[in-house]
Amino acid sequence: MSLLDLFKKKGSSDVAKDRLKLLLVSDRANCSPEVMEMIKNDIIKVISKYMVIDAEGLDIQITSTESDTNNGSVPALFANIPIKDMRNSDK
Amino acid sequence: MSEVIVVTSGKGGVGKTTTTANIGTGLAKLGKKVVMIDTDTGLRNLDVVLGLENRIVYNLVDVVEGNCRIKQAMITDKRCPKLYLLPTAQTRDKSAITPEQMIKVLDELKEDPEEFDYIILDCPAGIEQGFQNAIAGADRALVVTTPEVSAIRDADRIVGLLDAHGLKDHEDLIVNRIRMDMVNRGEMMSIDDVNDILQLNVIGAVPDDENIVVATNKGQPLVGDDSLAGQAYMNICRRIIGEDVPFLDLNGKGGFFKKLSSLFKGK
Repeated sequence: MSLLDLFKKKGSSDVAKDRLKLLLVSDRANCSPEVMEMIKNDIIKVISKYMVIDAEGLDIQITSTESDTNNGSVPALFANIPIKDMRNSDK
Repeated sequence: MSEVIVVTSGKGGVGKTTTTANIGTGLAKLGKKVVMIDTDTGLRNLDVVLGLENRIVYNLVDVVEGNCRIKQAMITDKRCPKLYLLPTAQTRDKSAITPEQMIKVLDELKEDPEEFDYIILDCPAGIEQGFQNAIAGADRALVVTTPEVSAIRDADRIVGLLDAHGLKDHEDLIVNRIRMDMVNRGEMMSIDDVNDILQLNVIGAVPDDENIVVATNKGQPLVGDDSLAGQAYMNICRRIIGEDVPFLDLNGKGGFFKKLSSLFKGK
């Protein structure tokens, strides 16, 4: 961290980097944002059967993870699902 | 044995032809025997960037169709006796050549008694037939990109296709058109950023230098002159032949304020 960084706003290069990272993940996995949204909604539906979750705070993304085989990285579905209550709200 | 290098990018306008012209010329200046092949049938431009457009008689399509021998279609560059250009046809389209025919041409060049060190292919934009022709017989790929979202995205796609073609670990990245003033302001991705995203060996970084425009106007590649881009291209050539060359400081000479701000940044 340098002195100048303290006064610096987030430049557009950081925005470009963040956008690209997401874009490449979906390009590589051949999975569009719409499909991601559908997966997300289905996950909410399934988990909600068993516990109360924070649908707003739910975050899912396809990232890459190291693969043990074929010396490369493979796509992985990463989901961060905050649980509000372990009990089922329907009961 | 000749090494076949394809210069590709996916996206158009990032500098494939300029890179091919400069790397081909640079390698020849380093004493290597080089053939450059324009595979952009219908939209050829390598000839004009090299200033050889008035010397074309036969072309690559004539060679594959048997209208001439390969040597008849090859143009020698008078400024650089070890450099040859094999242009393609301007009034045909990409379907005039197949990947098999391309490989046959490359095999003939590899067996040539002149013993070319490098065969450099200027690939067209896109991922269709022209691209398939260009990568068919390649041993190695130079992927050209610029620090922009669209160009990097396309480069990533190209790398995926090159991997699938068996060129994994034979791909190097050239980051073209870097503007250090913008990088320093945080308004352009840096070489490290691009490297971080694409995870590919960066073999060179070329600044956005107005001398490139001047060189293209004249039809004289600037590789090896004392402009920043000329030095950057020559460094890439040296790395291609296996020399270990440190990266150029693309900031150039730099003014007082640049030095002052780098003091603050602790660089």
